Amino acid sequence: MGILIDESTKVLVQGITGRDGSFHAASMLEYGTKVVGGVTPGKGGQEVHGLPVFDSVAEGVKETGADCSLIFVPARFATAALREAADGGIGLVVCITEGIPVLEMLGNYHYVREIGARLIGPNCPGLINPGKSKVGIMPGNIHKPGDIGVISRSGTLTYEVVYNLTLKGFGQSTCIGIGGDPVIGSGYIDLLEMFEKDPETGGVVIIGEIGGEDEEQAAEYIKSSINKPVVAFISGRTAPPGKRMGHAGAIISGGKGTAEAKVKAFEQAGVPVADRPDQIPELMKEKLGS
Amino acid sequence: MKIHEYQARELLASYGVPVPPGKVARSAEEAARIAKEIGLPVVIKAQVLVGGRGKAGGVKLVHSLEEAREAADRILKLTIKDIPVEALLVAKAIDIRKEYYLGVTVDRSNKKAVCIVSASGGVDIEELAVKEPEKILKCYIDPLQGPDEKALRKTLSAAFPEALLDQAVEALLNLYRLLVEKDCSLVEINPYAQIDESTLIAADAKINFDDNGLHKHAEVEALRTAEEYSREEIEAKEAGLSFVSLEGDIGCIVNGAGLAMATMDLIKLFGGQPANFLDVGGSSSPQKVLTALKILTRNKNLKAILINIFGGITRCDDIAKGILIARDQIDLPVPLVIRLIGTNEKEGRALLEQAGLEAASEMTEAVKKVLQQAKAGV
Repeated sequence: MGILIDESTKVLVQGITGRDGSFHAASMLEYGTKVVGGVTPGKGGQEVHGLPVFDSVAEGVKETGADCSLIFVPARFATAALREAADGGIGLVVCITEGIPVLEMLGNYHYVREIGARLIGPNCPGLINPGKSKVGIMPGNIHKPGDIGVISRSGTLTYEVVYNLTLKGFGQSTCIGIGGDPVIGSGYIDLLEMFEKDPETGGVVIIGEIGGEDEEQAAEYIKSSINKPVVAFISGRTAPPGKRMGHAGAIISGGKGTAEAKVKAFEQAGVPVADRPDQIPELMKEKLGS
Repeated sequence: MKIHEYQARELLASYGVPVPPGKVARSAEEAARIAKEIGLPVVIKAQVLVGGRGKAGGVKLVHSLEEAREAADRILKLTIKDIPVEALLVAKAIDIRKEYYLGVTVDRSNKKAVCIVSASGGVDIEELAVKEPEKILKCYIDPLQGPDEKALRKTLSAAFPEALLDQAVEALLNLYRLLVEKDCSLVEINPYAQIDESTLIAADAKINFDDNGLHKHAEVEALRTAEEYSREEIEAKEAGLSFVSLEGDIGCIVNGAGLAMATMDLIKLFGGQPANFLDVGGSSSPQKVLTALKILTRNKNLKAILINIFGGITRCDDIAKGILIARDQIDLPVPLVIRLIGTNEKEGRALLEQAGLEAASEMTEAVKKVLQQAKAGV
């Protein structure tokens, strides 16, 4: 099982004729993902890697039965692209694009939810159900099927954690990069709720970072509603206040969003927080054993 | 991106929010001339992008042109939190009866714009929010529906008397319009000053912009001042790198913001101090690695450099090529420790080995090694 995607998920790639879209469409096909086509307005009728290209998402959905879309279009077109995906009947919209203005995302968040679609990202690596489907840009080979769910605000740090999990024998049920922006389509709580219900997930790893209060809210939620073991890691303990650390969302402002506050919130919720990424498997082992 | 008060005032005024007459000056003579033009008394305020300028002596009320000249001359020689004062706002002094607070920003948790209102303005609003949260009123704006004027009026009526309410409602609607139209992350009037029975005026203004929205607003980008970022930070940005300088002596080059932060944290955990945050970003070209090494090695405190790469979109062989080019072009003054793993790792390692360089595969191992080498080099 796992959550959100599996071997039957049919994926359209928005921006498939671009450099990144084309490269990752090929990489996903190689992984075994059911990529059924792509969308680039004005390039309908062309083919990329033997896949049909459509002018619109609606047309692509009609022709292929796609239920998921992966967005690679540049930031200035991303709002239109993700709303088009939701309008076109896509249930799961995954947006890799970095640099969408926050005020556009406020509208997009509510727009997609009102239609009843789910958005992952933006500014994220996507998600993977190891051995079944990869909808994103992560290296597939570091993952291994198993029962640990991973939710992360980061890209490469997620690879680091997954690599360590796999190395120590912990496979993954689903790994989701939720994105490094201040406003994202799906947060920790949305996904924790799904992992709690997923019979194939035995424990969850949360990889958070400085900025905002999502980790604090997730800790509250875990305390009240999650029975499965959860282990966390927080990056940015050495980040100075007021400086954006790469991710638009990773900034300590007005004394809020510090690593200390997040670590404390998790610990109070009974969630052990690793000091180093390579300690996560050990903490998970202890949690699962208890 | 931040802008100066004098720029924020002009933007507010263009959105229909009244501000006291005033102009920017860059010399004592200019300050005196503006004071004469708008009429005494005036307030002379240092224009720097950091808080605490009042405490640092950067704000002065003056009653004569001679006083204005003297104050301007003195303030222009000040350095506030390491930033030299280069501009002054000369504004008509106003007689304030009561200070309010009015602000609009983005609430990350609720995914809505939030209006923040207080009848206790003139103080640090973040401090007030902690100490006396009951004095702060909030009202959310649905991004799809837009402002609900009735709801805003209701919130404002708890802070403003009837005689001022219409003005406050209009000002708040204008702040929201400015926030949305210019992709701001914060629009704030503090204090929002009552100067007589029925008049409110913005006695200070602060506007921050979402960096991701700047590409839509060339007129906002044009307001950028060099002061906010160091020369290295600007150079890094132009090269597509994300860079923040820090106090320590261990340079870091990492791909991905989360891994870059985790690398800094690990250096600290093992007793070292990171010299910087640097994310080379995805699909890193050899050129980016070269630029990153050039920027880092300018730091005189540097004792060692750690390159930590987990290849995804970034390919290890591109990074290795960048390291080799850099070694040919610049004289590396400190030891370099490399950790390479992920996409095209084999190719990357082969390139390094041919050049007599080795790479670790574990992050913890690499961090321990760079700290040892930094210590050995002292």
